[in-house]
Amino acid sequence: MNMIVGGSITRRAALSVGGGLVLTAAGAGAAFSAAARDRKFVLVILRGALDGLAAVPAFGDPNYASLRGRLALPPPGAAGGVLPLDATFGLHPRLSFLHEEWKAGALAVMHAASSPYRERSHFDGQDVLESGGAAVFALNDGWLNRALAASPPRKAVAIASALPLVLRGPGPASSYAPSFARPANEDTIVRLMDLYAEDALLGPALASAVETQEIAAASGMENGAKTGNPRAEGEWPGLARAAAKLLAAPEGPAAAVLAFDGWDTHANQGAAEGLLANRLAGLDASLKALKESLGAIYAQTVIVVATEFGRTVAVNGTNGTDHGTGGAAFVLGGPVKGGRILGDWPGLSALHQSRDIQPANDLRALFAAVLEEHWGVGKSAMASKVFPGAGATRISGLLKA
Amino acid sequence: MQRTEGGILNAAIAANRFGLGARPGDLEYIGGDARGWLKSQIGRADAFLLNDPALPSRAEASQSLRRFIRGAMGGAANTAPGKEANQTEAILGFETFTAALRAEIAARAARALTTQTSFAERLVRFWSNHFTVAANKAVTVPFAGLYEREVIRTGMTGSFADLHLAVMRHPGMLLYLDQAQSIGPNSLAGKRRNRGLNENLAREALELHTMGAQGGYGQSDVTEFAKALTGWTVVSEQVRRFAPEAALGDFVFIERLHEPGTRTVLGKRYPEGGESQARAILADLARHPATARRVASSLARHFIADEPPIAAVAKLEKTFRETEGDVPALHETLVDLPETFDERQRKFKTSDEFILSALRMTGVETVEPQALYAAYALLGQRPFSAPSPEGWPDNAGEWAAPDAVMKRLEWSEALARRLPLRTAPAAMAAAALGSMLSARMAEAVARAASGPQGLTLALMSPEFQRR
Repeated sequence: MNMIVGGSITRRAALSVGGGLVLTAAGAGAAFSAAARDRKFVLVILRGALDGLAAVPAFGDPNYASLRGRLALPPPGAAGGVLPLDATFGLHPRLSFLHEEWKAGALAVMHAASSPYRERSHFDGQDVLESGGAAVFALNDGWLNRALAASPPRKAVAIASALPLVLRGPGPASSYAPSFARPANEDTIVRLMDLYAEDALLGPALASAVETQEIAAASGMENGAKTGNPRAEGEWPGLARAAAKLLAAPEGPAAAVLAFDGWDTHANQGAAEGLLANRLAGLDASLKALKESLGAIYAQTVIVVATEFGRTVAVNGTNGTDHGTGGAAFVLGGPVKGGRILGDWPGLSALHQSRDIQPANDLRALFAAVLEEHWGVGKSAMASKVFPGAGATRISGLLKA
Repeated sequence: MQRTEGGILNAAIAANRFGLGARPGDLEYIGGDARGWLKSQIGRADAFLLNDPALPSRAEASQSLRRFIRGAMGGAANTAPGKEANQTEAILGFETFTAALRAEIAARAARALTTQTSFAERLVRFWSNHFTVAANKAVTVPFAGLYEREVIRTGMTGSFADLHLAVMRHPGMLLYLDQAQSIGPNSLAGKRRNRGLNENLAREALELHTMGAQGGYGQSDVTEFAKALTGWTVVSEQVRRFAPEAALGDFVFIERLHEPGTRTVLGKRYPEGGESQARAILADLARHPATARRVASSLARHFIADEPPIAAVAKLEKTFRETEGDVPALHETLVDLPETFDERQRKFKTSDEFILSALRMTGVETVEPQALYAAYALLGQRPFSAPSPEGWPDNAGEWAAPDAVMKRLEWSEALARRLPLRTAPAAMAAAALGSMLSARMAEAVARAASGPQGLTLALMSPEFQRR
């Protein structure tokens, strides 16, 4: 049996013939306008709790320099100084791409941002951030997965082997990571699909992987292809390019999730240079790579960067920061009405539990605004399914009309 | 020797659910008394140990770190141009560094590949994951493998309290969670230097090692515990000035780093007492009911089901309380659970479990180290590199994602292609899975277009992907 002849029979065709299997969502939403389906969304999760005050220093806050101590960044213009956003806020000097986006009106920043979680466990904090629940373990699946069910139906992909909680659930979410192995044999896939017919876990997983890998291959990411140069730039920009290529593919997903870790800077985090500065530079380079690879599609893409919670305002005993509460989030992309700070700034004069930035702005309101304005997810679905128990905090006018 | 069908089935379940999968002949070796096979490994201290003279000693690991800090960290901290000499030294240091870690990975896999006491290996992996130390920061690279050998493997026949104490005193953990640098703000050293408290280890010891995030402690308990722990550190060159007798890399309590005063944790006052203050807190944490519950749930989740049966958790919890956390007693209770030989396979293998059981099924005795690292890299579970202090996830949702399943298929094919097949895949699968292998699957393996395809199908079968 020879299933591939000069690439004329695709894997999916082979599957349909051999397994009699109709893949979910492959042509879903065909009735909807191209414009609705082309609205892309990228969620970047920073695991480990990004120090929001390092990424977005409130240099104009009267208490900033004294409370931050050795970690305070110099004012704009000084060596290693912050990149100014307005009179109060700036960006870390290594976030130069983000600064360009701010100046171009394509980046908005939410400070003092948090999920409803108020304790300090990474793992529980990420559970709340990704599940979209009101408390730890309140929900078993993720808010982005639940949002896929809205009209038109959409697909999402995690750029990783595993599926992060935010994408787990009944909706069509796949996972993809570049592979250095030889692609699997078509005939073996067909036989396995048959054997997995009754397997609720393996059957859908393999079918989804086949579909995603095919889209990837059609976008120049066949197994063994390079999406970046990890030695020179780290692994993140390559993953960002992979996300962009999948999103840009004709039958590509509407959403991609990237997760970058290593933000838990308890010790020697550095200020303008050092451990955290290098991470921020990696994040900045990845977002730049994402924009470049998206090309024209960037104009229809909203990117949100969020973390599970912030870190302490003061430096700890080992030149780092400990787990905190209010943090920073970024929203960027062509549709974003940028160049502004979203929500309220509680200031640094009264801290949450005398140590953290107050959690003034609910991240769920930010996520909901993207889903509502970008994807048209209705208010009732939002309140009952996507973010149950989120209350009425809203952000309106996040995107350009 | 007479054996019932149930005996062979139980042997297959024991080898797969509690061990690392069956090698050819293992099911016969385990025989009719699968429970006995499991129990015979629980109290055997030697079954857990991994003493390989080729692996670095603590002194060697410490020397390696010292060289690395001198060469690489100095270089990395000043990455100004024109520091080529430093960089060369850094690269050389890094090679030694990673070579030692690769040796640890290879030795661990070599043991796992051929051992006839693979339940012991699984228990080591469970506890190693419970008390995660990952080699994903430079300072822990030389210590992660050493930590498992020195602390986890030697702690399998003692009490939870002793095991946790050893965990908290090992350089691997002290460096991984920043405790080695934590200084009491009002200690002699703290008052002189511009450094102080780091609460990382105190928090994770409460959250991940003992009580769990929902266990009922608050921020002040974390801070107080962190203060009690100040002074617990690793002998480095700087520290040795205050502890001239101690060997590099050893645990040491340094009074001048310790925050003086009484501490209050979970409502109980712990008077000043130097090192013994945090020891007293740890002893109480090991006895705490929330710790018993958390450890019981984790064990049941790992060996029985992602959503462990309440009755199974209750039995383990009772054993923990009644034996004050006797580790072998917990393992005995686990093996005695009515769910032990439940025919339903409710656990999806982790990548490590899948790779090792696949290699065991094929009967290979050794694997090229490079091939091994490639397998772990492709399937996303490089040993000693858990993504966070929480360790590797322990549920199907995390391991059976689309790309992960595809990667398992790609790797299975690569393995089947390379392997000189001397046994028919159907016989291989039968020898590994016994009657766990469904008739339908056995037929599919037998009817495969080629030997490698048959082996691939067997490895990717629903019954082999689970345990």
